[in-house]
Amino acid sequence: MDELNRSGVAELAQQLRNKKISAVELSQHFLKRAQADQHGSFLQNGFNEEATFRQAREADALIAKGDASPLLGVPIAHKDIFVTQDFVTTAGSQMLNGYQSPFDATVVRNLGVGHGGAGMVTIGKLNCDEFAMGSSNENSAYSVVKNPWDASRIPGGSSGGSAAAVAACVVPAATGTDTGGSIRQPASFCGITGIKPTYGRASRYGMISYASSLDQAGPMARSAQDCALLLSSMCAPDLDRDSTSLDIAREDFSKNLMTPLKSAGKNGALKIGVPHEWSMGTTARGKAKQIDESISLNISNALKQLQQSGAQLVEIDLPHAHLAIPVYYIIASAEASSNLSRFDGVKFGHRTSSPVDLIDMYKKTRTEGFGDEVLRRIMIGAYVLSHGYYDAYYLKAQKIRRLIAKDFEAAFQACDVIAGPVAPTVAWKLGDKADDPVANYLADIFTLPASLAGLPGMSIPVGLDGANMPIGMQLIGNYLYESLLLNVAHQFQTITSHHTLKAGGVV
Amino acid sequence: MSLNPQDIQRIANLARLSLDESQSKRMREQINGFFDLVTQMQDINTEGIEPMSHPVDLMQLQTLRLRDDVASEPNHRETNQRSAPAVERGLFLVPKVIE
Repeated sequence: MDELNRSGVAELAQQLRNKKISAVELSQHFLKRAQADQHGSFLQNGFNEEATFRQAREADALIAKGDASPLLGVPIAHKDIFVTQDFVTTAGSQMLNGYQSPFDATVVRNLGVGHGGAGMVTIGKLNCDEFAMGSSNENSAYSVVKNPWDASRIPGGSSGGSAAAVAACVVPAATGTDTGGSIRQPASFCGITGIKPTYGRASRYGMISYASSLDQAGPMARSAQDCALLLSSMCAPDLDRDSTSLDIAREDFSKNLMTPLKSAGKNGALKIGVPHEWSMGTTARGKAKQIDESISLNISNALKQLQQSGAQLVEIDLPHAHLAIPVYYIIASAEASSNLSRFDGVKFGHRTSSPVDLIDMYKKTRTEGFGDEVLRRIMIGAYVLSHGYYDAYYLKAQKIRRLIAKDFEAAFQACDVIAGPVAPTVAWKLGDKADDPVANYLADIFTLPASLAGLPGMSIPVGLDGANMPIGMQLIGNYLYESLLLNVAHQFQTITSHHTLKAGGVV
Repeated sequence: MSLNPQDIQRIANLARLSLDESQSKRMREQINGFFDLVTQMQDINTEGIEPMSHPVDLMQLQTLRLRDDVASEPNHRETNQRSAPAVERGLFLVPKVIE
């Protein structure tokens, strides 16, 4: 069974099509693993065996009819930020404890069985930071998620359960969401591959809103090849249900995987832009602390290998990127304070037990239902949107957001993709930054700029540090250039084996 | 810039939250810590820069669209109210608002 655990999405699909194993057998196997998982990746009540096996039987019936869809019957688990009809949906919050959604998120539908979906079988729901706010998964109201590489460390966040489950081979793939780095950072910390597509590629319908101008869904798996397969099914126009869904036909993101780097660029060889600010060991102008030496070293080694495969390195400048932390936390908090106003104890979720009047009910319900980080962001958001402060904070942040986006626009004149670190450190110890929100925010310095610009970004494993913790490299592409990112990542994974490394004890 | 305890109470009221004294104190320290990072924004000249509320306009692919104003979802009142804290005859119940 060892081999089954380590098999990727593409391999499992192959075995299903060749009738070596059935979808029911596969889901039995992975469901058992998920329920026995020791890392807290899954929500305790995030399972529905009956629904899982019903989906698996439907997939088997389609396979028997000769349906050869590339993901049919392969198990997947969903971050608990996507609403699901057959599974509880909590967003990692007490506010939604026991909530049953009347519908499935579009991404869940696109990947799932029936309704023209890809036919993947849902194993269960994955733990995450409350309302996807956090970088360590410590903000979940339900349980701590442990990093499979070292159980005393965080898995990253907010898609921490997704990253840990995939890294521990509990499932071959998972969905994640990324608002300021929530796919890329946990992927990096757990040594897996994850991609956030261009803003608007994946429908946000049924993805519980945190910051609507930033939220994007994406796949997390153990190779770029698997991510490409998953992304191709996840992304499709959803014009009637998401006003920001891009009106672009479905794309086969696997189509360019094999392109050699010497011809992958717009003018011949792939040009990789290395931000001057991110490669000097410090973030020069920012307050963020130095990058771990082992991270700089592993990334420059990875870049050398890409060079040897035909890519060229060019230095680029992102002069406003260091402002991404205040800009992001103002904009995201403002949007969060507005989005989360719907949790008022009336239509769904928690309600306080004995309110004296309506206003008291709102206040007590919300204060009881939300955790500290969510309360903090609602407060910051309400403040920067309030009369007298709107121009100085919210509007100013939106103007600098454009400057950050313009930096990328200029940079992509000189290069095809941008490469750099995902985070300044590897996964830190549980509890290390739990009481210091600003320290958590600072760790997001390298993922926030692409999020603000709406650009696609991914993380691929490039090695381990001295403590045997995984290091990820970030690749950022121009708008709609996901297939190029996946191409570069796949070419790298063809000549290296970092992505195949497993944490000790993972069987 | 530094928020005082009254500011925190004012913002909490705007956001419909009720923070007790110790929560308030911690919140004030942490929010002030964050606003220390915000000061670097004020040095940036943003004269003539359009605020960017959305990445879609930068992609120059399309403008945000509105769909036709027609009912597209069937009536799911019962399933939609399944997770409501208090419902009676299809209506959401709240504490009395008019004496």
